Amino acid sequence: MNETIYQLRGITKSYGNGFALRLDELDIRRGEILALVGPSGAGKSTLLRLLNFLESPSSGSIRFMGAELRPGGAMPLELRRRVTTVFQRPVLLNRSVAANVRYGLDLRGRGEGDRVKSALETVGLADLSHQRARTLSGGEAQRVALARALVLEPDVLLLDEPTANLDPYNVGLIEGIARQLNQEHGATLVLVTHNVFQAKRLAHRVGLMLEGRLVELAEAEAFFESPADPRTAAFVRGEMVY
Amino acid sequence: MPALVVWIGIDHCGDSLPSRRFCFVQERATIETIWNGLKEAIRLIVSQDPALFEILLLSLRVSGTALLFSTLIGVPLGAVMGLSRFIGRRFLIALLYTGMGFPPVVVGLFVYLMLSRNGPLGQLDWSIIPNLFTPAAMVVAQCIISFPLVAGFTMAAVMGVDPALRQQVQAMGATRWQTTVAILSEARVGVIVSVIAGFGSIISEVGAVMMVGGNIEHRTRMLTTAIVLETGKGNFDLALAIGVILLAISFITNVAMLYLQGKGFDE
Repeated sequence: MNETIYQLRGITKSYGNGFALRLDELDIRRGEILALVGPSGAGKSTLLRLLNFLESPSSGSIRFMGAELRPGGAMPLELRRRVTTVFQRPVLLNRSVAANVRYGLDLRGRGEGDRVKSALETVGLADLSHQRARTLSGGEAQRVALARALVLEPDVLLLDEPTANLDPYNVGLIEGIARQLNQEHGATLVLVTHNVFQAKRLAHRVGLMLEGRLVELAEAEAFFESPADPRTAAFVRGEMVY
Repeated sequence: MPALVVWIGIDHCGDSLPSRRFCFVQERATIETIWNGLKEAIRLIVSQDPALFEILLLSLRVSGTALLFSTLIGVPLGAVMGLSRFIGRRFLIALLYTGMGFPPVVVGLFVYLMLSRNGPLGQLDWSIIPNLFTPAAMVVAQCIISFPLVAGFTMAAVMGVDPALRQQVQAMGATRWQTTVAILSEARVGVIVSVIAGFGSIISEVGAVMMVGGNIEHRTRMLTTAIVLETGKGNFDLALAIGVILLAISFITNVAMLYLQGKGFDE
């Protein structure tokens, strides 16, 4: 798990005048689960958008599988399609559940119906495959979002607060699937969460982000048991950290 | 002009007995006229009256062609304006909204002046530029009337799609084109409504086609201009028959569009 899949160097991202993100250096290892914790506005979601190549950095470079993304540039489509994101608030297409899960395969010109069925079974929604996606509950919609990501068999899965506002059953289900994807398929997972307990349950490494900067990045055990930065220690204790 | 007499009679109804009797007779005459007209309309439609069907086919050809061009121009333009941010976009939106409210006669006048022999386009004498009083000139006028409606409603429909969808579709690996198609697909009901609105605005329009087409028999006579003409001549049966056909076209179009939405009437 020591091979690096992402190398970020001197990254900044700004919208207007202020910086949303300033990262001197970040390496993400292939096959790891990296959790990024921190309060709202810390730049976690901005970082995920960069990692999914939905935006390019304002400065610096992102190396991914041999290709490099620089300001104003774009990652080749083939590499961009090796990464996908499950968002906190999934927006599903106004189609059936199965059509939503199949959508990513359709984009790639691949019509593998068995994989759609398998992905729906994995998230426990096989019975709802013909139902219109817009009629689903929040937890079911998030499971469809996870299924449409799973069906693509991504090398990297980015999870942006995937279990916020979900009940414990759905949280457990989604965490279990994420862990399975990592362990059985070797996918790299980057998890953004406010929930330190979720980070503790899932992550190999954990990073704390504050005001667009990565304050500390460490192995999970070290992050929680012996944090180097006092702000990390305060965050882990559950204190208000801004 | 019996219709005119009828309305004058009704307007002058007084309280005296002779006056009220006069009104009653005139109103009954109006109802009989409408009833006879409807019966004649059905007969003309059922017997596939050649004059009526010639007008119908020309109207469908002209409005259909105009709608095709309006859709080809309006839907992509509306999509671009709904999805993109660029300098001058607000100004273009203001122009588009102005175009949505263009009085058809003003469009007719504009096209008339442009295409007349002394007009800026008419002078060029290029084969691609249509002559006045031809179906092609009517297509141009109807295009100008309908494309702002198609573009404006498409833009509104696209802007109504959840902005987060765009990013989520891209996150699944969609190209720029695939993202646009996905958003248009989500906005499909609004896009279909835009096409219906465009069609409605031209199939029922009379001012512009009258000006640039001239209502010439066997050449540029449309459903609406024929209604005006036949009403003026007192041929209410034919005028009503054409009116019934216009209503039927509108109804059939809307039913077809509803089915295109994939919903039918189950909601």
